[in-house]
Amino acid sequence: MRILVLVKRVPATGGRIVLADDARSIDTRYLGFVVSPHEECAVEEAVRLIDANGGESVVLTLGPTEAADQLRDALAIGIERAVLLETDGSDWDPVATAGAITDAVKDLEAAGGPFDLILAGNESADSGGYQVAIRVAVALDRPIVTGIKALEVRDGVATARRQVPGGADVYELPLPAVVAVREGINLPRYPSVPGRLRAKRKEIERIVPERRPGGPTLDRLQVPVEQEQHVEILGNGPEAAPRVVELMRELGVL
Amino acid sequence: MSAVLVLVELAGGAPDRLSAEALGVAGGIAKAIGGEVHAVVFASASEADGAADAAPALGGYGVSTVDLVAGEGLAAYAPAAWAAAVTQVATAGPFAAIVASGGERATEVLAHVAARVDVPMAANVVSVLPGDRWRVTRQRWAGSLLEEAFLDGQPRLLTVAAHAVPALEPSASASAAPATVTRVDPAITDADLRARVVGHDMTAGDSISLADAKVVVGGGRGLGSAEAFAMLDELAGLLGAAVGVSRVATSLGWRPHAQQIGQTGTRIAPDLYIACGISGAIQHIVGAKAAKRILVINTDPDAPIFRRASYAVIGDVTAVVPAISAEIRRVRGGG
Repeated sequence: MRILVLVKRVPATGGRIVLADDARSIDTRYLGFVVSPHEECAVEEAVRLIDANGGESVVLTLGPTEAADQLRDALAIGIERAVLLETDGSDWDPVATAGAITDAVKDLEAAGGPFDLILAGNESADSGGYQVAIRVAVALDRPIVTGIKALEVRDGVATARRQVPGGADVYELPLPAVVAVREGINLPRYPSVPGRLRAKRKEIERIVPERRPGGPTLDRLQVPVEQEQHVEILGNGPEAAPRVVELMRELGVL
Repeated sequence: MSAVLVLVELAGGAPDRLSAEALGVAGGIAKAIGGEVHAVVFASASEADGAADAAPALGGYGVSTVDLVAGEGLAAYAPAAWAAAVTQVATAGPFAAIVASGGERATEVLAHVAARVDVPMAANVVSVLPGDRWRVTRQRWAGSLLEEAFLDGQPRLLTVAAHAVPALEPSASASAAPATVTRVDPAITDADLRARVVGHDMTAGDSISLADAKVVVGGGRGLGSAEAFAMLDELAGLLGAAVGVSRVATSLGWRPHAQQIGQTGTRIAPDLYIACGISGAIQHIVGAKAAKRILVINTDPDAPIFRRASYAVIGDVTAVVPAISAEIRRVRGGG
């Protein structure tokens, strides 16, 4: 089978977000970058499905030239090919992003055959638009489910589970299909040293995408005002235990 | 005549909490543009009569007209089929905006509508300012960052961030006019039913107790090992609490993902959250935002989690947590 995985490069934010001077992006001077968490699991899922069924896997992202690093992370754990839709690093809205990805999928399929499965993350960690995978699926006229935490593929049918209160809804959809997954569907592996070396030598296919008009259009960002929280220090080390238990009684949780 | 269309999910005959939040935002838009609020409600063929009985009461939520979508094809949830029906109602409009809640299905359906109609959609919106160009404020990073954006398109499509705006309370006055109910028989194609719910698996619902727990004991990197989590299980057992963990603890394989609190895990809302050996990365903090009080146990008083704490113990969790459990046993044993 052939699988395409869509990923996004996002900053690893740590404990506090600081904005750049123009208030249109995050100050990333002191931050590392990662594959957005849901998509990290989509990559792992693709590697497992290809291990089990044979075939070819391709990873694709839209982003700045540095997003090649995140593609190499995917190559390092077993994805075979990587495609970068290279931008100038500015903010691409979901309509423009999905349009460029759809164009690229059509080109890749024309050259290498259809993808049985396109895997994506449920929503990106940074902008959280909840729509790129759905727009790509609708444009390609393929069925899609989102929010998936368990996936099986057999005899041309994908069976997918989405967590709901009290259990899970079970979906079935015929291939070719698009599935947007959530973290927890698997535990992504760490790349091996040989895997990293292999990824380093691989060529990243670069395409300059056409940007169509879309929206919503980012104007500016702001960090929400945090409420000043007064912290009561109950003590240091194990000696604080009696005071903690007294507090639990006061709060009625004991 | 411009109007705002809202996707409403009913629970026990009334809008569920997230739909009531969406109705509040929709009412604000309708007021600003001088229009009405319409609702689209889904029901399977067997639920249709019950929904038709309940729908007029949406007048109490400021809704003038309900489009009740009922039909054979809607017996099981199929995102594209629901979107086909909303698109059918929307094109019969005209509507200035279509609003959905931050619920998983509502968000998914509206994204399908956006793709079909080929208009932008803003997800997780907290406020809307209609005008020549509409301005919306929406959440990024699960609410750690706010984005002001222009939202264009005809109609404007947006989802309302969950638990970020007040739920609309129904008008108590008997003068609220009941909503007019129109039944819609949607034109659903086989292609719209390709992805649909075919069954339910009720064996996998383990993280729900975490979302509802009154007390949560959470652990992170500071525990140092998978084995050390036994002391959290012990404290949680004594308190009748649920155990939650940070993303690091699941990434390292110390604990199952179902226990993860955070942006990509479960959102908790306990009376007390005891955060042990957790530094407080944004990814984690957004999952614990609704906790009434946070007790932090951590060696590093400069850790970001202290900014969210009501109470703190400075110290090594592996020494402090067993001491608290021992103290609970002592006071209980003593009467």
